[in-house]
Order: sequence, then C-alpha cells, then structure tokens
Amino acid sequence: MHGAPPWAALVIALPLAAGVLALLFRGRPARAASVISALLIPGSLALLSGTVLRGGALRYRIGGWGAPLGIDLFADGLSIVMLWMTAFVGTAVTAYSVFYFRGNAEKERFFWPLWMFLWAGLNAIFLSGDVFNLYVSLEVMGLSAVALVCIAGGREALTAGLRYFLVAITGSLTYLLGVAMLYAQYGSLDIYLIGEAAGPGPAAATAAALMTAGLLAKTALFPLHFWLPRAHASALSPVSAVLSALVVKASFYMVLRLWTDAFGNALAPQAGLFLGALGCAAVVWGALMAMRQKRLKMLVAYSTVSQIGYLFLFFPMAAHPDAFTGAVYQALSHAFAKASIFLSVGNMMRSVGNDAIEGLAGAGKSVQTSVFAFGISGASLMGLPPSGGFIAKWQLVKASVETGQWWWAAVIMAGGLLAAAYVFPVLRRSFADGGAAGEALKVPYGMEAAAMALAVLSLVLGIGAAIPLSFFWPARL
Amino acid sequence: MTQWMAYSVCGLLLFTIGLYGTIAYGHVFRKVLSFNIMGSGIFLFLVSIAGRAPGHPDPVPHAMVLTGIVVTVSATAFALALLRKMNSETGEESLGPGQEYRSGKEGE
Amino acid sequence: MGISRLHKIFAAVLSGGLALALIASISGLNEGDGLSRQVRASIEESGVKSEVTAVLLNFRGYDTLLEIAVLLLALIGVTALAEGETAPEKADVRDPALSGLAELILPLMVLASGYLLHAGTYAPGGAFQAGAVLAAAILLARLAGIAEPERRKGALAGIAAIGFAVFLSAALAPLLLGARFFDYPGQAAHAIIVVVEGALAISTALILYLLFSECSSIRQWRGRKGEAE
Repeated sequence: MHGAPPWAALVIALPLAAGVLALLFRGRPARAASVISALLIPGSLALLSGTVLRGGALRYRIGGWGAPLGIDLFADGLSIVMLWMTAFVGTAVTAYSVFYFRGNAEKERFFWPLWMFLWAGLNAIFLSGDVFNLYVSLEVMGLSAVALVCIAGGREALTAGLRYFLVAITGSLTYLLGVAMLYAQYGSLDIYLIGEAAGPGPAAATAAALMTAGLLAKTALFPLHFWLPRAHASALSPVSAVLSALVVKASFYMVLRLWTDAFGNALAPQAGLFLGALGCAAVVWGALMAMRQKRLKMLVAYSTVSQIGYLFLFFPMAAHPDAFTGAVYQALSHAFAKASIFLSVGNMMRSVGNDAIEGLAGAGKSVQTSVFAFGISGASLMGLPPSGGFIAKWQLVKASVETGQWWWAAVIMAGGLLAAAYVFPVLRRSFADGGAAGEALKVPYGMEAAAMALAVLSLVLGIGAAIPLSFFWPARL
Repeated sequence: MTQWMAYSVCGLLLFTIGLYGTIAYGHVFRKVLSFNIMGSGIFLFLVSIAGRAPGHPDPVPHAMVLTGIVVTVSATAFALALLRKMNSETGEESLGPGQEYRSGKEGE
Repeated sequence: MGISRLHKIFAAVLSGGLALALIASISGLNEGDGLSRQVRASIEESGVKSEVTAVLLNFRGYDTLLEIAVLLLALIGVTALAEGETAPEKADVRDPALSGLAELILPLMVLASGYLLHAGTYAPGGAFQAGAVLAAAILLARLAGIAEPERRKGALAGIAAIGFAVFLSAALAPLLLGARFFDYPGQAAHAIIVVVEGALAISTALILYLLFSECSSIRQWRGRKGEAE
C-alpha cells in the first residue's frame, strides 16, 4: 500500500540521522545537525498531527507488512500530546545547550549525538505499537540517558550513573520477560492484537505484573525511586532537565498505554489501587525529602519523585475520563515546569558558582529572569491556578470526588502545600541580599530565555487547557 | 512434562537466580554477571517456546533473541567501562547504601 | 551486617516467589506455533531464504536498526568514559607461541566470518555472527602484536558508525520513491539486504573491538591524587 504519509517515520528517523551525523562530524557541524533536527522534528510532527486530526488514530505499517508479522507505528491523541511535550522541551533544551556548552568542547562532543539518540528513543516509544519494539526503544533511551549522566564526570555522577544503569537494565529485562510471556500466550507482539485477545488468566497476569514492575523501576515510582535523586542531581543541567521532564514520562507512558490498551481485561481492580497507593506515598515522601535538602539540584530531583506520584493516581480511578486527562495533563505540565526549573537552576548555579540553597543570595539580581521562571514553574508544581499543574490536579481531584474515592483528593491537596514548602525557601534565598551578591555572574541570555519559554508554556498550558484536550481526545482507537 | 516445558522452566529459573544476584550483591561485577544470567534465562525461554509446535521452529523468537543478545552485550560493555571508571575515580567496586551528593559545581 | 542479611532475605523471597509464579503461569500455555506460518507465507517477498534473517532485516528490520543504535550508543558511552585515559603500556615481549598460533588461525577466522555473512541469506548465520568472529580476529591480531589498530582508533570509530548510516539510508530510501519506511522494492530487496548485512558485519566487528579496547584503556584505581603511587 503506497502513498502513506511518512511523517510518523520521519519523527523517529530525523533525530537518528542527526545523531549519527553529530557522531561523525564533531564541533560546529554536530551542533548544526542537532539544531536543524530540533527545528525539523516539530515540522514533521505538525504534519503528523494534521493527519491524525483529519483521519483519526493512525497506524503506519513499517515495510508495508502490517502486524503481527511486521511492526506498526501507532499515533493517537495520547501519542501526539506526548510527542509535542517532547518536541517543546527538546527544542528549548537544544537552544539552551548551544550556549551552555560554549567553551566546553570535550563534553559537547558527546552531548549532541547522545541527546539526538535520546530524542529518537523517546519519539520511538511514543509511536510504537509493538511490545518488543518498545523494549528496544526503551534501551535506546536508557543507554543514552545513562551515558548523558556520566559525561558530567566526577565520582558523584559516575556512581549515580552506574546505579541508575543497573536499575534500568534490570527493569528492562524484567519487562522483556513479560514480552516473552505475552508472545508465548498470544503469538503476537502488537499491543492492540494482544488487547483484543487478552483475558484474565495466569500468563497474562504474570506478564502484566513483570512488565509493570520493570517499567515502575524505570519511572522511579516510590519505593523504586532510590536511584533517581542522585542521578538527576549530578547530571549536567540540560541533561537533568531532559531526564526529569521526559525520560521518566516515557516509561510511565508505556505503563499507561499497556494498561489501557493491552491488559485492559486481564487486570484485577486491586492492582490499580496498589499503584495509586504507591503514587500517594511518592507524593508525600518525595516532598518531605525535598524539604530536607541543602543542595538545590537534590531538592528539585526529589520534587520529581513527588510529582511522579500524581501520575499514578490515574490507575485506581481509570474508569473516570477526567482521571486520564488529569494524569496526561500532569505529565505535560510537570515536563514543562521541571525542565524550566532545571534550566533555571543551571543558570543560578552558573551565576553564584554552586548549588547550595544557603548560597543563592544574589541570584535574584544577576539572573532575575531565571529566578522568575523558577517561580512560575514552582507555581505549577504546587498546582496554583492558572498553571497547567492546577488543571491537572483539578481534574484528578474531580475524578476522585466523583468516583467516591475522596482520599486521593486529600493527598493531592497536601502535596500542593508540601510543594509550596520546598519552593518558597528557594525564592526567598535568591532574593536575599547576601555577601556574595556582588560576585554573582550574568549568564548568556539564550540560556535564560530557554528557561523562561518553558515556564511560560507551563502557564499557558493552564490558560489554554481546552486546546489540546478538545483536539486530541476524540482521536483514540 | 514435555521437552519445551523443561527448557522453559530452566530459563525462568535462570531469570530468577539472576534477579536474586542483582539485588543481593553489592559488588558491581557480580551485578553485571547477574543481569547477564537474567538475559540468558529469557533467551532460553524464548528459544524453548519457539519449538513448541512439532516440526518447524518459529523464527520470530529466534530473531528476538539475536536482538536481545546484541542489546545485552552493549549494556554489559557499557556497565563494565562504567565500573572501571568509577573504580579509577573512587577506588570503589561496590555500590553501597549511598554516598553523599557533594557536587556543587558543574559544567567546568 | 544486619541490613545486608535482610537485603539477601528480601531478594531470596522475591526471586523465589517469582519463580513459583512464573512456573505456574506457563503450565497453561498451549502448543502455539507463533508467527511461523505468517513468516513462511511472506518469505518469498522478503528477498532472503533464511527465515531468521528475513525477520531481522526485513519484517522487523526497524527493531534491528534500533538495536544497532544501542550498540553504537554503547560505543559512544564507553568512548566518553575512556576520554582522557591513556592506553596501558604495551608489553614489548612478543609471545612467539601466540603470534605463531595467530598467524595460523587468523586467515581461517576471516574466512569463517565471510562464510557466516554469506550463509546468512539462506541458512543460520548473518551479520552479527560474522561481525563477532571478525572482532575476535582483530583482537587476536592486536594481542599477538601482528596489528596495531590502536593507532587509528579515530578512523575506526568513524567506520564503525557507517553500518548504522547505511542501514538508516536503506530504510529511508523507499520514502523518496513514495513507498513506506523499510519498504524495499521487491526485486531490489535481496541486493539491499546483502549490502546492509555487509556494512553491519564490518560495523559490528569494529564496535565490538573498540568496546574492548576503550574499556581496557581505563586505568585502575591508583590511590587518591597526591598519595604515593
């Protein structure tokens, strides 16, 4: 069947091509290839979105074979929203990194190819309709993510990177055994063919448990979060932004996709309740730990542990449509807010020379825009109106009240207060007049602009919430 | 118990033995060996289910095993290099309950 | 020690419980034949006679493309880690037994690798098996002191990336003809797969060799900086 629009394939192939070019040609050509691909990806994504808007959810049969023999790419509203999340954060991080790596050719040399392959892995995950292909895409993403942590160098990054990698590989092998179980049972690797065939039974339940457990380790859901804070904190700031904003979302997306489209009939309701309870524990524990941190990047990393928890409140309320919207909105708004915060923190650290919260005085003057961006994004983490975080948490509260499970709402409210308790001290410190104020440096304006752009996006997401919701939700298979 | 089932059970047991190793041991080299055992268990399981029907074996699990082997080899090489680098910087060979995060600067 | 023992007990309970659950869950599996019928029905159109190669390089070629990306990523990661490390001093002593043996079996290894590559289109074998044997040959040549690939590591790393570039180009080329990603035109499928296999075999060999070489150049712990060596 000829004439299928190639956009879905291009969204994956563009960063792959940029990655190999950036590997072969160092320096300026590598940077150019990455920047061009960061501009072309949103372009082909816009064309893909147009196709989905006109024709509904789309299946792209790679090689023309079609599932179950071949691999199908699959794009519906959820995939499109996730791809745009990646594109916005990715473009901002690319712009930021052009300035960030100036005068640091040694690290830049490895950053561009790894970052492009990471982007390709993310896009591949959001478009895949095949459980084994998801495994390989997950490895592309995982290996580039860990290598990106390690290019920071030094004992903290290396130790944290190694721990991260060992958890990630154990998680993905556990996932792979689940894939093998599914294939043994259903003779197919296509998510939707499995979904049609799946019913309650021991093999399906074991496969679902293995795959979910492996992915939870990679998503760092409490209590499997132990590797995350140090890995995200010791990475370079643009890398931290990508890890916290996007990488943990990719494995969450896989859990969401599998639970809604593949295991729908095979799961007991208690399983959803269990994930919801872990999510609650994550919200509270992550926030409490964030409050105790003395280092800014550790605080922000623990905040990620906390914000991931909200995503899993979807599962106990899966029957309510607002729970799905709320969880996806939380993924989106946390991605923009957290990427903005890590980029801002990178600017603040460069300005005042370290990341001790005690030593931030003066940043409020030298990198005012970044501190302001931190504040806006912090409001989204707390769930203050009119931010994207507010809409997300509002939808989740609504779903919990309407399904009669009010206790989730209580945790969501408490989580917002706890977030305020770790965001405000940072702002207060930054605006304090300290002894070091005179020594605080300026940073290139492009780096501040990138942080601000994402902060504005997290705000606009709340004001213009209706746009992504109304356009993409009907496009589900 | 049929032949393929015996091999499947061995594969699954290998996987759980490997899983035990990744959790129970602190030394990184042991962890690397353990995740390789997990991988081998999965591959044995895949090959055994490919031969369930009499006659012609199913080529798709065989292809999955080949892909899986390449991924595992890559991961092993990277993990070993990372172990050597960590050892070269810190003298450690194990991952203990957590070294304190002490970095304050970055990028330079 | 108490924590360590608890840790081991936890690991044992988890793995033991999982083993029981896994074994219980396969007892219900039927004797399904998976996708073998579909593969046989389409094998004529795939361009190769070997079913496994048809799955790897045509039906599920996209997986293999990403798998080569993983291999390349491992090389980037290991190179980044070995950055700034100097290769260990080479022993000048040339082991006569090793180099004699190497001279004897190196040609055979290269021949075996070529055979495995060729056989891949109709029998078990293919790019990865061929690449692995070739990597072993390069390594043996280096250890025996016959070749010094270390000197051209930069160039080798460049060539190592070519396999992925060729594969990606082959996958994208059909888009220019208005067909799909990976949709090789019927008559050309065989030729494309042979070229891709050849490129992948060379890349796989170089990447595997470089992984070894870069990894071994990272020196071991020599005490804290400033302490006596």
